[in-house]
Amino acid sequence: MKSTTTKEAKAKSISYAKWGYIFILPFFLVYAVFTFYPQILTIYYSFFKYFRDGLTWIGPEFIGFDNYKALLTPTAEGTIDILKYFGNTVIMWVMGAVPQFVIALALAVFFTSTRLNIKGQSIMKTVIYMPNLIMASAFSMLFFTLFSTVGPINSLFVSMGIIDKAFDFFFCTISMRTLVALLNFLMWFGNTTILLMAGIQSIDESLFESARLDGASGLRVFFNITMPLLKPIFIYTFITSMIGGLQMFDVPNILSNRTGQPNRTSETMVMYLNNYLGVSKNFGMAGAISVVLFILTAVLSVIVFKTIDRDKD
Amino acid sequence: MNSKNKAAAVKLLILRIFVYAVIIFLCALCLFFFIMLFVNSSRTNSQLQRGFTLIPGGHFFYNLNNAVHDSSINIPRGMLNSLIVAGLSSALTTYFSALTAYGIYVYNFKLKKLAYTFIIAVMMIPSQVSAAGFVKIALELDLDNKLWVLIIPSIAAPAVFFYMHQYLKATMPLEIVEAARIDGSGEFATFNRIVLPIMKPAIAVQMIFSFVASWNNYFLPAILLTKPGKKTVPVMIAQLRSADYSKFDMGKVYMFILLAILPVIVVYFILSKSIIKGVTSGSVKG
Repeated sequence: MKSTTTKEAKAKSISYAKWGYIFILPFFLVYAVFTFYPQILTIYYSFFKYFRDGLTWIGPEFIGFDNYKALLTPTAEGTIDILKYFGNTVIMWVMGAVPQFVIALALAVFFTSTRLNIKGQSIMKTVIYMPNLIMASAFSMLFFTLFSTVGPINSLFVSMGIIDKAFDFFFCTISMRTLVALLNFLMWFGNTTILLMAGIQSIDESLFESARLDGASGLRVFFNITMPLLKPIFIYTFITSMIGGLQMFDVPNILSNRTGQPNRTSETMVMYLNNYLGVSKNFGMAGAISVVLFILTAVLSVIVFKTIDRDKD
Repeated sequence: MNSKNKAAAVKLLILRIFVYAVIIFLCALCLFFFIMLFVNSSRTNSQLQRGFTLIPGGHFFYNLNNAVHDSSINIPRGMLNSLIVAGLSSALTTYFSALTAYGIYVYNFKLKKLAYTFIIAVMMIPSQVSAAGFVKIALELDLDNKLWVLIIPSIAAPAVFFYMHQYLKATMPLEIVEAARIDGSGEFATFNRIVLPIMKPAIAVQMIFSFVASWNNYFLPAILLTKPGKKTVPVMIAQLRSADYSKFDMGKVYMFILLAILPVIVVYFILSKSIIKGVTSGSVKG
């Protein structure tokens, strides 16, 4: 063992450790410069008064937790904006995610059922997954033109007698939020279906077979076998969707023309962040909102990793 | 016994009809808006004012010509900018994610575990959360309106790294590296000539996903790209919404939207099978 003269053994004795560092260097260098440093800077400026007023820059001036206090101070109307926008985000996410998960779960069960033996699955999957790849801003713009007061949906509804004159979908809280939710639902239910299907397919087929031989009904199989075994993947998909929901921006921003109309009821957390980053370049307030978003995401991510870990046991 | 079987068969048939109805409804819902888009992009503004129809208007090329030659929204330029950003981003992201994954998978070094844990830990952090700092630096160094500022960061993509690492673990035996070394192959050459070809399926899938993600990216480009000649497609589309709506030729607006999403739809229908397969292989279970 000691005297290593063969070529093979020699190859093994050379340390290749430095190559490991060389190979991962570009990734970590770029991450440090373009993500990690900006991240630190974001947190740093959240403790500063620092924004642009016209052409002049105000600050940076250290103000401690004042930006955070400002976030939590009620406005003249008596609402705490960040809570209101968090609420909007959650409501619109829930409105889209509930049908998204119910339907995706149902479709995943239908598609994988050998008893139902659904034909044409690959084309169906192709169709329902497609909206996931569509540019959200273009999809939203399409929704805006189709649902606008002079758009075809209004003219269709009027001609069918459902409504007697054009209805402005974007100036009514319920319809506005419903459209945001509908878009998010359309964009994501296909993706969720495919993920849950893969989850069900990874369950041992013999479990389903023996349940069927025992005469268990479809619903019993679902609740006693499918659901418990699918749970880790279901939770993973669900929480990733929550993290995605927290980032909701493109759809409500374009549907509401950046205003969160009506009355800022469709304004999300990231739209709030964007308002401070846009014209005013208020790095102090934008930083504070980013930190809040960061903490919320971190909490959700920890839950994700816990479910993955449990998965391994 | 016979009647019981019959009842069960009827029940199954009803269930099956119900399931098909639900699926067909959902597929129709997915397609409806895009069919409307195709139809409306072929109708002139005056045809569109006449209301809803599913019959094409026959003015597709008229609208296309108008859209391409629009004076305020230079969509061909936007598409070129988007193509540059998305094309280079997807190439960089897949190559360097594969390189990093390979580095961590194959070599043993002190910080290996730490490096891996770090990447996984930051995987879920959305880019919006560091956007404030990013914008600050970009403004300070006069890097707004520079496309490469949106391209270079894609070298470090934790989620793509994770996918590549999973793929290597599942498909690549370490003996290949040993064998290459004995044949006298250098470490970089081994990666480029032997490992990359093995990873081709993973790279192809991730290239498509990152291309699409970059093509559709709106948040940061909307903040950084303010000069007309530098805007990417999503930024231009958002501009349509804030423009004075009543002045617009609606046929042209539909055409803009169609041009924004068409490249992705075309690629999707050519490669849908491998794309859908890629959706699942990217998840935790692998």
